[in-house]
This record gives sequence, C-alpha cells and structure tokens, in this order.
Amino acid sequence: VGEFRMPALGADMERGTVVEWLVKPGDYVHRGDIVAVVDTEKADMDIETFEEGVVAELLVGVGATVPVGAALARITATPAAGAGAGPSAGEAVRAAGEAASVRVPAGVPEPAHAVKEPGSVTGPVPGPVPVPVTGHIPGPAPVTVSPPVRRLAHRLGVNVERVRGTGAHGTVTHADVERAASVRDEAAARRVRSSPRARRLAAELGVDLAGVAGTGPQGAVTETDVHRATAPAGPSVPALRAPTPEPEHAPPLRRTPSPRMPEPSPPEPSPPEPRTPAHAADRSKSLRHAIGTLMARSKKSIPHYYLSTTLDLGAGLAWMQRANAGRPVAGRLVPAALLFKAAALAAREVSEVNGFFVDGEFRPSAAVHLGVAVALRQGGLVAPAIHDADTLTLDELMSNLRDLVSRARAGHLQRAEMADPTITVTNLGELGVDSVFGVIYPPQVALLGLGRVREEPWARNGLLGVRPAVTATLSADHRVSDGLRGGRFLARIDELLQKPEEL
Amino acid sequence: LNEQDARAAVRAAIGQVAPDVETGTLDDGARFRQDLELDSLDFLRLIETIAVSTGVDVPERDYAEVVTVRGLVDYVAAHG
Repeated sequence: VGEFRMPALGADMERGTVVEWLVKPGDYVHRGDIVAVVDTEKADMDIETFEEGVVAELLVGVGATVPVGAALARITATPAAGAGAGPSAGEAVRAAGEAASVRVPAGVPEPAHAVKEPGSVTGPVPGPVPVPVTGHIPGPAPVTVSPPVRRLAHRLGVNVERVRGTGAHGTVTHADVERAASVRDEAAARRVRSSPRARRLAAELGVDLAGVAGTGPQGAVTETDVHRATAPAGPSVPALRAPTPEPEHAPPLRRTPSPRMPEPSPPEPSPPEPRTPAHAADRSKSLRHAIGTLMARSKKSIPHYYLSTTLDLGAGLAWMQRANAGRPVAGRLVPAALLFKAAALAAREVSEVNGFFVDGEFRPSAAVHLGVAVALRQGGLVAPAIHDADTLTLDELMSNLRDLVSRARAGHLQRAEMADPTITVTNLGELGVDSVFGVIYPPQVALLGLGRVREEPWARNGLLGVRPAVTATLSADHRVSDGLRGGRFLARIDELLQKPEEL
Repeated sequence: LNEQDARAAVRAAIGQVAPDVETGTLDDGARFRQDLELDSLDFLRLIETIAVSTGVDVPERDYAEVVTVRGLVDYVAAHG
C-alpha cells in the first residue's frame, strides 16, 4: 500500500489545498498520472502520482488545506501484469521482463518530511527536497542481444534490456523488439495525458484530446495546448470581436470608460477562473509572505557572494535582428532567449552554480532546469523552470519561455516546474534597471541577474565604439563555490554570446 | 484604418496583454515598458495581437516608433 502525499512544490511551500480530485476510489492510476489539483500560495498546480495501483481511499476532501507531506490518498498495489487491460505497454513489456518479481509501489521519491538546513533557526520549516524524477525502473535483467537487434531497438526507441527474448536461451530477436515497439505505440495512442483543466476545457470546446499535441510534462496536454488547438491561426488569436469599444455616437476622444461597453474579453490563456477578487488579494498577500519567508531563510543560511560583469551583446543582437527580420511576430526571438540559452550552457559547464545544497552538501545537477523569475502583474513573483534549457534550440526555448510566462501569470503551473529549477535567472532589467543583485532561492546555489540592454561606449583593441551591453550579475553560494568559478560562469556566458548562431 | 479603429485595436490588445490596465482612461503618452510595465514577452504578444486583429505587422526595426500608446496607434493607422 502506498500513500499519495501533498508534495512540496517549491522550497517555500508549507501547505496546499486540494482544489479538485481527478480520480475516485477504484480508479487505476499509473505513475505520472495527474490525480489532483492543488492550490499553493502561488498557483493551482496539477499533481501527479508517483505511486501506481488502485486508489483505495481519498483521505482529504476538496477544500482541505494540509501540510506538505500529509497523506492525501491511499493507493493499493495490484499484481503487475494487470490482465492486459489497464497498464501501459511499457509496463507490460517490463513486467514480462521481470517475470516473477513482485510489483511494489515504485520507489517513492517524494519529499515527505522536513529537512532542516544547517544553521536554520526557523524551526521545522518543511524543507526543500529537490526530487530528481528518475525512472525507478528495476535493474535490467541480463539479456542476450545481437548487435543488429540492438541497432533496431535503438532506432525504434525500445530499451532492449526490458524486452523479453523469445529466441534460444532468451535471446532477444528482431520480432521481439518490433512487438515491444508496437505494443508501446498502441498504448501511447490510447492514453492521452492531460491536465484536468485541459480536459474540462476540451469538453467545453468539443476538442478531442487525442488530436492535441501536448507540451506539458511527458507530453501531457495542457490548457494552453487546447486553446492552441482551437485557435488555428496562432497561439493567441483574438479575432477582434468588438472593434469599436466606443459607441458610434460618442465623442471621438472620450477617455472615460463606458460602463455599457465591456472590453472584449481576453480569449486566451487566462483560464475561466471562478476566483473572486478577494481570493486574488489573499493569494497576493500569502505570496508576499511566502517570498519573505523564503528570502529570509536564504539570507540566514546561504553565505552569498556577488559578482558582476558586462556582456557584449553586439554580435547577439545583430544576429537576432537578422533572424527576426524574416519571421512573423509569433516566431520572433527576444534578447532574453539568447541570454537564457547562453546561461544554461554555461551552467552546464560550471557545475558549481547548478544544483542543490541539501543535507549539508552540494549536489550538482546534470540537467539544467533554468528557473525564470516571472513578475506577476498583481504583485509578487514566481520562478518556474524551463526544463533542460541547455538542450533546447533557441526557438524551442523561446516558445517554452512564452508558454511558461503566460501560464505563470494565469496562475497555472505544473508541479515539476515549481519544484525543480537548478539555477534561477532574473531578468529585471527588462523594466529598466542596470543591474540586479538577487537573493538565491534555496536549495539552489546561484542566481543570475540580467540588467537592461543599453548602448554604451566600448573600448576594444585601442578603438572606441558603441555596443549594446547588458550587466550580468551572479549571486552564488560560498559553501559551494568561490569567485573564481563564479567568474568563470559569467565569462562563459559572454563568450557563448559572441557566437549566437551556435546557441 | 482610421485613427479611431486603430485606437480601438490597440486598446483591445493592451487589455489582453495587461488585463489590469484600465484601457478606457489610458493616457496616449503612456510608455509600454516604463508606464505599463510590459516586458519584452508582453510587448511581443501585444505586437502579435495587433498583427492578428489589424493585419499590421510591426517589424523589429520599427519597434522604436511604437514605444508609446500614441506611437502604436499612429503606426497602426498609417500602415493598416
């Protein structure tokens, strides 16, 4: 028997409120299925289960607020093979490979209990436990695979270690691999991951989720995806429904709002929020409280040091303007996309700025999940992650960034986005400051600040010129690195920006 | 596009990108970045919204002309 618990959706989260259950007792859930929607102090988030099995009991009702780690539901494990009906092909294949092994609820990685940071004086604050969501797959069974079969498996994206061989002495054959691939594809086609709001919206709009390309975690269909699917001409396509907000007989330059003429309602990403203004004010207040608590903890426990350097954006902006000239508005890049990509690549190289400080030691992260501080228009900020930012193309990063920011502002982010940034960047310069020395988000160990793009005189090789420039600052954790490595990180960003075509 | 239509389109676009801005009382001289606090992504979305609703595509080289509400209204009126 496993328990589905209130996850920590970010270092500063202490409790959450169940807004909606998407499963009921008796439902079969797979690891990764979205089972509930939780309201944190920041946003509503879809929560997936790390358990697999049958939902035995819901322990917490809709509307209940419980601390991080509290059990929300009981999930009973069932015999793995599941009589072929429910489980996905991946499991079927895996189960076949494991033969007699008993299926237990998969290794539960969820941070159920508080971790106190050394030096923390704030008592039992539920600590951040970054959770690398790995496969939790039982060790590979020894299998015999010939090189051609291995190549085929690689091409089809099948893990041969988990294919049951039907050849002599359990050798995996061509046919075994092809069968595994087709079973997987069928199952994938049957099952469409989706968020609850996406499902509700799809039902309202009459959209078939199976036909919608998902951009959420593991391809889950999100609300934005559904909107996109219903808006053929582009991501935010407000056909101007009320082209004249002024009545025709009105004086032409009236500046006062006319109560009889409502603004055309925003058709895009803001969800049909049944929230009241009071709720928004509450959330804004509690968000401020959460930020304050987290930042106080950061300043108490992390010995920050600060560095600053000036990035030469001449090559980057010239390249970007050429690239943008041939693109429709929807496909254009902004300077932040270049800066973020360079930062992600530099963070991969200088590992001391990318990872978490937990239990008294630094755990570098192989992946770069770039947290992006997003200012909310009603006040406060959130810093959700662009996953694997170092591996994305500039266009992918740009589109993920736009999606992330619009969802952050609409108050709808996903669990993993909030929980696992490995380094955060704040781009406050967008609104005018030259430089920003930020406070590190624990348990992360570095925060990159970007100022505004400005023109400045630039001496190089004995000549004076004018270049667009950005001041980049680094706040980093002295328990993990010192100025030499921090400086290397900033210098690498500048170097990478000089070859924008390679970003 | 006459100025009134252009203004309506700009107001509607601002209303979508920044729902908290009271577009009815919006000052013509308001700057998108500094006064309305649109960041570069918001601005891109504003331009995109305008392109869809009016067909006027503001290329990047003309961004400097459309930093205020009036600038964008004039630009849309002139090019629509």
